[in-house]
Amino acid sequence: MDWVIRTLGTAVGKKLLMAVTGLSFCGFLGAHLAGNLTLYGGADAFNSYAAHLHSLGPLLTVAELGLLALFVVHVVTGLVLFLQNLKARPQRYAVDRSAGGRTLGSRTMPYTGALIFLFIIYHLMNFHFVDKSHATIFAIVAGTFANPVQMALYITAMVVVAVHVSHGFWSLFQTLGANHPKYMPAIKILGLLFALVVGVGFGFIPIYVGML
Amino acid sequence: MTTKSIDITLKVWRQKGPGHKGRLETYRADNISTDMSFLEMLDVINEQLTLDGREPIAFDHDCREGICGQCGSVVNGRPHGPEQGTTLCQLHMRHFNSGDTLVIEPFRARAFKVVKDLAVDRSPLDKIIQAGGYVSVNTGGTPDANSIPISADIAEEAMDAAACIGCGACVAACPNASAMLFMSAKVSQLALLPQGRPEAAKRALAMVRQMDACGFGNCSNERECEAECPKQISITHIARLNREFIKAGIGSSVF
Repeated sequence: MDWVIRTLGTAVGKKLLMAVTGLSFCGFLGAHLAGNLTLYGGADAFNSYAAHLHSLGPLLTVAELGLLALFVVHVVTGLVLFLQNLKARPQRYAVDRSAGGRTLGSRTMPYTGALIFLFIIYHLMNFHFVDKSHATIFAIVAGTFANPVQMALYITAMVVVAVHVSHGFWSLFQTLGANHPKYMPAIKILGLLFALVVGVGFGFIPIYVGML
Repeated sequence: MTTKSIDITLKVWRQKGPGHKGRLETYRADNISTDMSFLEMLDVINEQLTLDGREPIAFDHDCREGICGQCGSVVNGRPHGPEQGTTLCQLHMRHFNSGDTLVIEPFRARAFKVVKDLAVDRSPLDKIIQAGGYVSVNTGGTPDANSIPISADIAEEAMDAAACIGCGACVAACPNASAMLFMSAKVSQLALLPQGRPEAAKRALAMVRQMDACGFGNCSNERECEAECPKQISITHIARLNREFIKAGIGSSVF
């Protein structure tokens, strides 16, 4: 199994790990957003969605453990890449100017990643590792977003996620070798649209719920 | 034809040797003809420094025709200066204005040791090529022309990759000091052609591993390299390298 480490441990191998796990998270974001849209249907619709999801039982636990594994790989690999890339240029430039390749998203990737890491822990404390025996999940969500500080925090976090995705989406296709003159322009537009959908889609939920 | 001349200020990185601490030193460059190339301007400064009994600025250069890949410094944060698709030797002083201050630094990467001032050791790039190994070519009589059909599109694309002069501007421009664009050009030019196929898997794996061993960073698709490459090599070659790596690492029997 030495070859696995010698392949995935290389510069390209680590990028492949980031790309595959990143693609999985894009899928997760889509599914999570679709589920959360039931919030716009009111308390009953959302509670019923949550009940249906939890009726999956062990399947849900397996999915959660799978997500956790992807999460660990993405975070650990990302951290290794960040530290190695920092080390690759010990003496910085006195004048550092971009030729126009970098974007807000690509420039801030490790930092938005770190913020998302903190947000996910906070988010799970809020809605996952919480006593659900006395209140419905909708009541817990509504209670959280009644607080304007929480609302602002969640909206900010969604902007950060959108910025992360704006680079991550097209970048993962490039890493997987899917850069084709016919399709790359479409992938780039799709990536920006997806970032927008994620940012606006999730970002408006706290506002809507908070206004109820 | 009248020749225009400009007065500029230079802040040049001076460093005695690999182990020494360097610093930026300021020089006046007055009455510089706009017809001069950037390197000719440095020659003029060096002549004056020599006459003054001071150490001239060491910088890499050779053909001064933009094809050898030997020259290259970072001018105001841009490898090979502000013009696109140009090596430093082909950059002319007419692109600058009187009163400009130019900060000139060596290509910076852990893998590129500063030899002196602006001169850097780019031999790690040679090590990556060496790791790529050989290409099988049949011996015997001269083969018939067109006995191996290659479409014009593929030949052109291989040639685009082969245009890499190995100057290292991609490494200098990369926020992560990665040599991915350089390596992808070398992998691409051979991967596209039938002559390079038999060793493709071995080559992709060995070159990527050698890049890591040399201490280059990891590509994070910032696209600064293709914007700075004097031969304007596209990152589509990096995508091809990634495909070659996936095929070699997961699909082939090469370990």
